[in-house]
Amino acid sequence: MAETRYIKAVNQALKDAMRDDPTVFLIGEDIGAAGGSFKATRDLLDLYGPERVYDAPIAEAAITGIAVGAALTGMKPVAEIMFMDFITLSMDMLVNQAAKARSMFGGQGSVPMVLRTPHGGGLNAGPQHSQCLEAWLAHVPGLKVVVPSNPADAYSLLRAAIDDPDPVIVVENKALYAMKGEMPDTPERIEIGKARIARPGRDATVVAYGAAVGMAEAAAEVMAAEGVEVEVIDLRSVQPWDEACVLESLSRTHNLVVVHEAVEAFGVGAEIAARMADIGFDELDGPIVRVGAPFAPSPFGKTLEEAYRPNADRIVAALRRTLA
Amino acid sequence: MTPKERAELYRRMLTIRRAEERLQKLFADGLVPGFLHLSIGQEAVPVGVSSALTEADTVSSNHRGHGHTLAKGVDLTGFFAEILGKATGLCRGRGGSMHVADLSKGMLGANGIVAAGLPITTGSALAHRMQGKGNIAVVYFGDGALAEGLVHECLNIAKLWSLPILFVCENNGWSEFSPTERQLATSLDRLGKAYGITYREVDGNVVEEVARAAGKLVAGMRKAPAPAILECRTTRVRGHFEGDRQDYRDSDEIAALDARDPIRLCAEALMAAGLDDAALAAIAAEVEAKIEAATEAALAAPLPEAGDILADVYTRAEV
Ligand SMILES: Cc1ncc(C[n+]2csc(CCOP(=O)(O)OP(=O)(O)O)c2C)c(N)n1
Ligand SMILES: [Mg+2]
Repeated sequence: MAETRYIKAVNQALKDAMRDDPTVFLIGEDIGAAGGSFKATRDLLDLYGPERVYDAPIAEAAITGIAVGAALTGMKPVAEIMFMDFITLSMDMLVNQAAKARSMFGGQGSVPMVLRTPHGGGLNAGPQHSQCLEAWLAHVPGLKVVVPSNPADAYSLLRAAIDDPDPVIVVENKALYAMKGEMPDTPERIEIGKARIARPGRDATVVAYGAAVGMAEAAAEVMAAEGVEVEVIDLRSVQPWDEACVLESLSRTHNLVVVHEAVEAFGVGAEIAARMADIGFDELDGPIVRVGAPFAPSPFGKTLEEAYRPNADRIVAALRRTLA
Repeated sequence: MTPKERAELYRRMLTIRRAEERLQKLFADGLVPGFLHLSIGQEAVPVGVSSALTEADTVSSNHRGHGHTLAKGVDLTGFFAEILGKATGLCRGRGGSMHVADLSKGMLGANGIVAAGLPITTGSALAHRMQGKGNIAVVYFGDGALAEGLVHECLNIAKLWSLPILFVCENNGWSEFSPTERQLATSLDRLGKAYGITYREVDGNVVEEVARAAGKLVAGMRKAPAPAILECRTTRVRGHFEGDRQDYRDSDEIAALDARDPIRLCAEALMAAGLDDAALAAIAAEVEAKIEAATEAALAAPLPEAGDILADVYTRAEV
């Protein structure tokens, strides 16, 4: 066990994947000499050279499409899109090309590409540099979406994404990049689609992913002081998501709250709530309550952004509602 | 080019022509689901370009992709079955005319999104350069696609990174129902100059011209990876899609098409070189027999089962 930071775990995963598989290469803006806008690719140009680390011009659609074409030609590209807000420019390549190629071509091949991109607020980066758009991607059959909540998972989920034969979007979180955590000497091998019980509990379940997991754990602390034991599930991936794990937890706790940093309406939480209201109906002792951002663009100013992002207090309030 | 080589190009063009004429008829009979964009009048482009390619080279295409696909050597029966939406199609009936692909032949897919083939092919060319086997990538696109932003992104990157990609523009003067001069403020030769990319223009209806130009460009990029542009002036004979009555085209333009028919031009060249009517008829008979056999097999093939919908969305479906 050694302590590391989220961003360093990402860097280590890229470094190890490139060492283990010569077909893995990186492409993105300022990822070479500059080491990436958040330093995820620091030193990798020196280590692996310009034939495997491509500093791309500012051309998100082409970067993503190049990853698709290279993946169809025997390579394993890992593209970086500097902010998740910029995937708007990659959408055709993700939605119409990467996601559909396998099914549309009758299973002839697959698109083993990874696209890494950070979402999330907390940096006062404003409406065009803070969005959490993972629900868009989770809505598209053929894409997988993972959202690591801590350094060890940032490593293991990225390795799993690179090993996966299908296109995987790895959604990192800018506010978590500096987060410290333990990195096991032998990192865990995570199967995409399997959740993790971050904190066991018997009275209510909170389902979260990414930065919301930490918020949910803080809320569970508050509730524990009152004698309410809250179980926190870290989904790890939102497409596919671990329905069986959530249902099993609900069948023990009978109360469910779903949290994410993304806008609440039409989000990942809506899907989870709808599924559990269906297949978990008999288990529910209270309403399924969602916690997410309000239906407004993510604001820039400190007070506004603080009010906008979900936090432990709002999760506590949601728990009180479902337990009432 | 030897008479034998020229006759082979003729045979390939005629295969595409007869295949599309057959599809045209099947469509009129209500047997082709969905949209059908025919490339009748444009056959010399893919046949000429493909004469410079190996199976390991990759191509990607657009909505008008039957010629590109057949010229890359895909199985004729699988091709027909796909367009008819059959379970035995190249894509098991999930793609159809606008999405035919055969990865085993380096055919990375037709495409329903205008200009989407450009970045995919740019990525394929990057893979070829990294793999160092001298393979190259070809993207076919229309003049209408030149208005898309991805053209700029891809020309720029292909040049910056010296990628072995041949940009083949089939300039038929039309972008759906609009003449291209109302869609593009510049021209492809000027774009080539702007990016410092080798540019050649050919009469895209003269198969030997296309083959010669493509052969030269491809040989060059196999030795030293670099992009090139081949603009082929060609003719869209049918409507944008089957069922389009082309009210927007004037009769003079349509009347002039016949004189530029690539198959007629090739036949004339073959006759001038000494082939007789009987030799041409023999080629036609062989081609037509193959098309008929492929059509019959495709028509007789089963439709996909509804349970197939969820297959292949992911490689590993189980979670
Ligand atoms: C992104 C996108 N926009 C619009 C269309 C509709 N569309 C299909 S083909 C076409 C015209 C393309 O013209 P061109 O590239 O010259 O090809 P041609 O049909 O002449 O072979 C249009 C506008 C589309 N399929 N994709
Ligand atoms: Mg056109």
